[in-house]
Amino acid sequence: MNRRSFLKTTAATAVVAGAGVPALAQDGPLKVGFIYVGPVGDMGWSYQHDQARKALEKAFGDKIETSYIENVPEGPDAERALTQLALAGNKLIFATSFGFMDATVNVAKKFPNVMFEHATGYKLAKNLATYDAKFFQGRAIQGTIGGRMTKTNKIGYIGSFPIPEVYQGINAAYLAAKKVNPDVEMKVVWAYTWFDPAKEADAASALISDGVDVLLQHTDSTAPQAKAQEAGNVITFGQASDMSSFAPKPRVSSTIDNWTPYYTKRVQDMLDGTWKSEATWGGIDSGMVEIGEISDAVPAEVKAEALKLKDDIASGAVHPFTGPLNKQDGSVFLADGEMATDDQLHSMTFYVEGMTAEAPK
Amino acid sequence: MIIGGIDIIGLIAILMSASTPVLLAATGELVAEKSGVLNLGVEGMMIMGAVAGFAAAVATGNPVLGFLGGAIAGALMATLFAVITQIFLSNQVASGLALTLFGLGLSALIGKGYEGVRPPPTAKIDFGPLSDIPVLGRIVFSHDWMVYLSLLLVVVVWIVLRYTRVGLVLRAVGESHDAAHALGYRVVAVRFAALAFGGALAGLGGAYLSLVRVPQWTEGMTAGAGWIALAIVVFASWRPWRVLLGAYMFGGITALQLQLQAAGYAIPVHILSMAPYVITIVVLVILSAIHRHGVQAAPASLGKSFHASS
Repeated sequence: MNRRSFLKTTAATAVVAGAGVPALAQDGPLKVGFIYVGPVGDMGWSYQHDQARKALEKAFGDKIETSYIENVPEGPDAERALTQLALAGNKLIFATSFGFMDATVNVAKKFPNVMFEHATGYKLAKNLATYDAKFFQGRAIQGTIGGRMTKTNKIGYIGSFPIPEVYQGINAAYLAAKKVNPDVEMKVVWAYTWFDPAKEADAASALISDGVDVLLQHTDSTAPQAKAQEAGNVITFGQASDMSSFAPKPRVSSTIDNWTPYYTKRVQDMLDGTWKSEATWGGIDSGMVEIGEISDAVPAEVKAEALKLKDDIASGAVHPFTGPLNKQDGSVFLADGEMATDDQLHSMTFYVEGMTAEAPK
Repeated sequence: MIIGGIDIIGLIAILMSASTPVLLAATGELVAEKSGVLNLGVEGMMIMGAVAGFAAAVATGNPVLGFLGGAIAGALMATLFAVITQIFLSNQVASGLALTLFGLGLSALIGKGYEGVRPPPTAKIDFGPLSDIPVLGRIVFSHDWMVYLSLLLVVVVWIVLRYTRVGLVLRAVGESHDAAHALGYRVVAVRFAALAFGGALAGLGGAYLSLVRVPQWTEGMTAGAGWIALAIVVFASWRPWRVLLGAYMFGGITALQLQLQAAGYAIPVHILSMAPYVITIVVLVILSAIHRHGVQAAPASLGKSFHASS
């Protein structure tokens, strides 16, 4: 809807030179485009991507020129937005939501000389790379804190869409919580949206009225935080962004997506002419996933436990998905001592054993 | 009262508050459309009401002034639309869509400084012992004053449209602006007033979203509520009580489906999440099929431009 910055930059894009050369032609700055699923002011997911875009501008100065289109709906409209960016002379385009996947694949086919990067997807092409962060590592830490702190033994999770990334988050949080608190129960509400503050607030209200006192969200606005604050005795975690305006309570910690190092590297590769298509999946160790400050509302020993888990995950000593582990239907997912591979995680569309909710089909 | 793991009374209390933004916007749009103008800019007016109401409440520390600010912002947006479509006679559909886009952009710009800010709380009315009455207490006496105001507005709109001279003139203008003009009524002035009223209500609905229901300002936070309001007006056959029914059903089923999920019901989530749209439309369509009485429900001059010379 809101294409101010795009219009601003299109005016200057008549000069599209150097077609046929994937790397930067010598005439003019490298143009880098972004599409966001929400507004840059969502204070969550899209906000973090835009922070990284701003960091790029700062780091590369006049060597690059960036532009973005926000509030792009997932679906056919994304294809149009991506095409616009490609026609405007952008040579590197980041599509920053899972639902942009097929649109990005289609547009990448049409513009073989433009390099595309798709966040959280799994389809690669010669000029299409994917990148993703292991958010579930952060979820394991949230689950540990939540499992220790819940009094009702009910943890709520506002799911966005039933895709592997979200299942990983739910399962990782549940496993970590159950490990420290065997009585814990996980309640899941699917909102079927990434960003709809009113609906997210309703989902939070539904979970809270169901007795949940630890609330995890996989949607992008801070509305659930506001609802938790209103309820009083509920703790939450910042999603994608730190959401520190709700600290120290309800927000007791957060998972922060830090895209800056990755974007910087990829833009540098473009400038050097060494960009190539690959799949990147960064975690706590690479700095792509950061854990926001754990507030004083968390007891010291729980905080220490959470920080230790963070270090162990970073060093590789602990993997949130380690066997023996069964799927919800009782079939074996991981044998004793086996750690889930990236491929296994990428195709995770089931709950683990112990979850009582029904997974969407 | 808990049925099947769902707290029914709590649900009704939640749905009344959750439906209020859509109800306000739909009631306002109903009045505008009854005067014969199709304003597709509800979403834009709502979001402007949301940001202006939020800004006014934060600046003054008073939520009542916030709602007033939201209403004024909505009315101003509607007046802009009125100038474009009633004086310059531009296409109402295109102008309405433009109003939505304009509102979304302008509100994002105004709202930049308000992200992460918390609004002053809107107090619930204290009914004293009344709110302790079982069942009724929580449903009827547990809300903030905007919920009651929105219900009151539905009643007022219904009475005015049906039983007063003002309502008759408004409907006459909407049914046949040429006839109303011939009778000496000032078509454009009536439409200006109806649009401004509709805009004010949409603005109130937006302010309710940012001040009570969410409560915070986020860009694009109406997320389509204005379009739902527009659809409800049509499916409610331009009748205030059906607008109330439609808005509460939509809000109610939305809240219910989330609670069903939280309670762990094994109903496929896809079906649950489309239920609010499907059930609301089906019920309202059936209602208008039953009560048609052989007349077209839409105001006959809806969407047509009026010029005294024509």
